[in-house]
Amino acid sequence: MKISDKTKEVLLGPLSANNPVIVQVLGICSALAVTVQLKPALVMGIAVTIIVAMSNVIISLLRNTIPMRIRIIVQLVVVAALVTLVSEVLKAFAYDVAMQLSVYIGLIITNCILMGRLEAFAMSNGVWDSFLDGLGNGLGYAIILVIVAFFRELLGSGTLFGLQVIPQWCYEHGYVNNGMMMMPAMALILVGCIIWVHRSINKEEKK
Amino acid sequence: MKLNTNSNVYTIVYATVIVVIVALLLAVVSSALKPKQAQNVELDRKKQVLSSLNIPLKGVDIEKLYEQLIKEQEIEGKQVLVATLEDGSVKFIIPMRGAGLWGPIWGYIALDDDKNTIYGTYFNHESETPGLGGEITTEYFQNRFVGKHILSADNYGVEIVKGETAGEQVQAISGATITSKGVETMINTTLKEYSPFLNTANLTAQQENDDNHNQEEEVQQ
Repeated sequence: MKISDKTKEVLLGPLSANNPVIVQVLGICSALAVTVQLKPALVMGIAVTIIVAMSNVIISLLRNTIPMRIRIIVQLVVVAALVTLVSEVLKAFAYDVAMQLSVYIGLIITNCILMGRLEAFAMSNGVWDSFLDGLGNGLGYAIILVIVAFFRELLGSGTLFGLQVIPQWCYEHGYVNNGMMMMPAMALILVGCIIWVHRSINKEEKK
Repeated sequence: MKLNTNSNVYTIVYATVIVVIVALLLAVVSSALKPKQAQNVELDRKKQVLSSLNIPLKGVDIEKLYEQLIKEQEIEGKQVLVATLEDGSVKFIIPMRGAGLWGPIWGYIALDDDKNTIYGTYFNHESETPGLGGEITTEYFQNRFVGKHILSADNYGVEIVKGETAGEQVQAISGATITSKGVETMINTTLKEYSPFLNTANLTAQQENDDNHNQEEEVQQ
């Protein structure tokens, strides 16, 4: 299959130029809460990607049958069903991570990215495009989560994926983990830094 | 055929159908995954019990170790987990439940075979504030109980206090007074409930294991 420009735009746009977190500033709340360590951040990113892509597909399939007056409710039911599925699967196969993420898996339902994509894209586009759009937006969200979690875990606990990366002799010479990094406020500041870097690189795209 | 997707009947039927489908789907998945989830919960419980014995759990086969060390017994109508460690010493583990500031807290307390000296503790919580009450899950707080005696006070139990500690007192977590008090209440109520078990044990086990035990304590210190 030849990849058209539109397809490329739909899939790759949300990764950088139209990133849901740092450009549209959606889904910030969960980005703050689950980024203390890389592992939960990665799982959260994957979970959101799967849920956005799947719900986009389902809503896109149903888009011509959904009664306009209850469309938000239908979208919510679809999203809630998928979120419950993911949470059940996580509890069965990744119990530790499910416990770490606790309520935030459930709160994916209220993640603004989901409703935003369903309402803005899936309700008026074909199935394949909707799938790509969901994938792109989910990955765009996941990337930011992973970047933030990378810095927070590295500077806050001196580990990556739970493995010690800052050598012991640094601590012996007076290096101290930055406890500030464990606080949600630092995630916000890091997201701010990412936005700053992103905007200064992509100057011409901002009009 | 062109359906009028805006009619009331269509809307109601549509909503009903979609909800029934989703409900069915979730019910099927939930019951299919239930055994696996129960297994995880059980494994987690075993992990908590073992961690009250201060055993490092990284890369350990929890099921096997639990099987090896721990026997679940009913003593004086109360559930007690009897652990026999690799050096042959016997520890009694008592499960606890209590209330923190925002929600339930629970844990396990491991006692030496004199049923007086605390060998180790494990606490966990559902929704205490991270960084404050949530600190009860940390090793440094749990280790503050090690070596304290539950019979030293007027009653059974421990005393958790603010700031400076003396003797058998345990230091609370700053900023988490209510959670710390919750831990104290949890331990003391549970120990009170277990007093028949703790009383009788004191007389027999103490004499038998006195020499044995003194050595252990020295090693710990």
